[in-house]
This record gives sequence, C-alpha cells and structure tokens, in this order.
Amino acid sequence: MKLKSNIATSENGFIFNPATGDSFSGNGMAAKLLEAMKSGKTEDDIKQDILSRYEVSESQLNLDWDNWMLQLKEANLLEI
Amino acid sequence: MDAAAKRSKPARNLRMMPNKYANLCIAVTGLNANDNPGPGMAVIRSLKECFGDGLRIIGLSYESLEPGIYLRGWVNKTYQIPYPTEGTAALVERLTYINEQDKLDLIIPNFDSELFNFIKIAPQLQQMGIATYLPTHQQLALRDKVNLKNFGTKNGFYVPADHKLYTTDDIKKAADEFNFPMVIKGKFYDAYVVYTMDQALKAFHQLYAAWGIPVIAQQYIKGNEINIAALGDGNGNNIGLVAMRKLYITDKGKAWAGVTVKDDKLTQLANHFASATNWKGGYEMEIMSTVEGHLYILEINPRFPAWIYLTVAAGQNQPAALTKMALGEVIKPFTDYQAGKLFVRYSWDHIADIADFQQISAFGEL
Repeated sequence: MKLKSNIATSENGFIFNPATGDSFSGNGMAAKLLEAMKSGKTEDDIKQDILSRYEVSESQLNLDWDNWMLQLKEANLLEI
Repeated sequence: MDAAAKRSKPARNLRMMPNKYANLCIAVTGLNANDNPGPGMAVIRSLKECFGDGLRIIGLSYESLEPGIYLRGWVNKTYQIPYPTEGTAALVERLTYINEQDKLDLIIPNFDSELFNFIKIAPQLQQMGIATYLPTHQQLALRDKVNLKNFGTKNGFYVPADHKLYTTDDIKKAADEFNFPMVIKGKFYDAYVVYTMDQALKAFHQLYAAWGIPVIAQQYIKGNEINIAALGDGNGNNIGLVAMRKLYITDKGKAWAGVTVKDDKLTQLANHFASATNWKGGYEMEIMSTVEGHLYILEINPRFPAWIYLTVAAGQNQPAALTKMALGEVIKPFTDYQAGKLFVRYSWDHIADIADFQQISAFGEL
C-alpha cells in the first residue's frame, strides 16, 4: 500500500491532500510513519525499524499497522 | 547562494510594465463587498497587483451603500449606473457621460443580471473606445440555470435534475420526484436547501419576489463543494483555471474560507466546458464532488467569483490576463498553479463621512 504521490506532509504530522483539499493532523508517530512511507521504505522495513526502536510486540504492531492502513484508506490517502 | 547569484535575480517587487498599461482606466461593477459579496473588490485587488498604483479604477454602483464606493484607496471614483431593468439606452447614456469624465479603457461587469445588457451594448462601447471581454448572448444562455440540465445532458456533464417552478403547485411535483432535502434557487442569485414543504414554499415566495420566475428546484447532491475560477479565450480554450475547495460556508452558501486544490478531473471538466461553449471571459463553475467520484455541476456563473484574488495568490492573475486580452494582447495560457493556498475572508468596519453618502445618493457620483 503506497501513499499517494501528491500527498503533502509536514514534520509535525500535518497531512494535506491537494486533490481534494482534505487535511488531517497526525501525532508524532504518524509523522514518522508518513516520512518513512514517503521515502519509499517497504512495510517490512518500517515494521522492523519500529520493533528495533520501541517496546512493542510483533502481534501488537501488526494490529496497529492494519489500523493505520485503514485510517489512511478511509482518508483517501492511499494509491488504489 | 553567493552574492553574484543574488544580484542576478530581479527584485521581487520590481514592476516592468509596457507603456500601454501605464495609465489604464478600468471600470468595475460588483462593489457590494458584503456577506454575499460581489466580485468587484477582488477583481480590483487583482488588477492593482498587476498594473500598480498608476491604474485608475472607476467603480460602477447600483446602490449607495455598496462598500467599494467608500474604499477610496481602491476605487478612485464611483458613478451610479441604472439598474439592468431600465434597459440598454439608459445604460449607454450613463456610460457616455462617465466616459466623458473619465476616459475608460475597459469595463469589467461582475453581476450576472447586468451581463445581458453589457453584451448587447459592447459594440457601442467599442465605438466609444471602451473594451470589454464578454461571452455572447448564446453562451450566456447555455449555462443559465434554466437551461443547465439540458446543456449538461447534451454535452456529457453531470448536472443535478431540476424542475422549473412557476406556481406553488410545481413545488409538490418537484418534491415528489426529488424528496427532501432539495435545493430551491433564484433565477439569478440565492439558493436554499429545504427540508420540508413549508420551507420550500417560503423559499419559493422569497426567490419569486426577489428575482422573478422561474424559480428552480434542484436535486440535492451530497459531497464536497469545489469551485473553479477560469478564463476562456472564446476559441474553446481556457487561458487559466484554478480550483478551490470550500472550507467554511456561510448560511448563504458562500465560501468564507477555501483552499486551492489541483486534480486532473477538475481541469478536464473546465476544459470540456470551454471547448463545448467557446466561452469568452471569466466564469466560475460550482461543483459538487461526490463520494462516487462524480463531479456534478451545480451552477456556472458567467463572471469571475468573489474569491478571484485567490487565483492571483495561487499564481494566475486571471483579471489581469482578461484585461490584456481585452486590449488586444495575445496571452500564453497559464500552465500551473499552487495547490494549498488558503483564503479566509474577513469583515471590516470601514469609516466614511455622511457627506460621502449624501454625495453618492444625491448626485450619483463620488
């Protein structure tokens, strides 16, 4: 699942979709994830990075990741 | 960046204007900068940005309390002109007088209801040395609210279904077809979303009294409101277009804040309109973008919108381009604009003297 290429993001987690005018505020973790996704890192790379930096189980991370993807999809921010 | 490179860049505020635009005098209507603003002040702001302080602006007003009359830093002089219902002879007579006082180079009308007359007298204005850049009567009629559905069907646009309302009996027929909510619209201006028959009747009577018949009932379409400001060259092309998503909408349905957006589907829509009509002049498309991804045309206004200055902020000074084209210059189409430019409208208590009000009320000029 790739973030749409035209989506603008800022370091503090603000997201702007220039095609629709929709804007969203994300927390610090969202900002990090968006930055990683925009840089072209794969899902596995991002997850490995999180597992190495934070105290979180793989199963919990997978649940959170699915939830994150769902939010991005509902916000119309992912490539179809 | 080294010093040499810095010096090689032109100063941002330096204006290099050809002489032919040095002493322009442009007349503008739509000075009613109220909660349902006319586009006049935004057009003037756009023109000033391009042509500088040497530009002389003549305001053309209908009523004595149009705010632009009193904004002397923007409008050099204002003349009242006759209402459109007084006909073209009265308008020509008044404009002849105004042209004798202030030699006009161009008139930019900004009200839907006055356009028919201005288009009709455009040849006479040209003889007087006054340029215009307007659609034809035929183009004007194509996008009229009364004809919009047929126009859309013929040209492959999504347009909400509508009913023309001549009597209160017609409202029931419309409600049976559309259910509630539906939209009741005036012939020229104003629209109400109604949820009950009582509200529909009230809206019908108000709009009938204000703008005459037919009043229009339109199917309610749910989605995001997007407007497009554009400038057609009369040959099937757009010289520029900028799309704006409404972020804050007043109870009159007007954008009080909005942000520029960029989507190929919106560009294609406006280009399709320009090619289908050969539209000449400024126009605004009011669009509802549905969750299914359809772009419904709710209205097409035959002039620049009140938010036209946002196009300047986004990189397309459409009023300035119109001016240059009206004066004979060949303009290269704008190819891009900046998405994410935001406008937030505000109100301001401007102070004037009662003597100014007396002057414009009694003598029709200030």
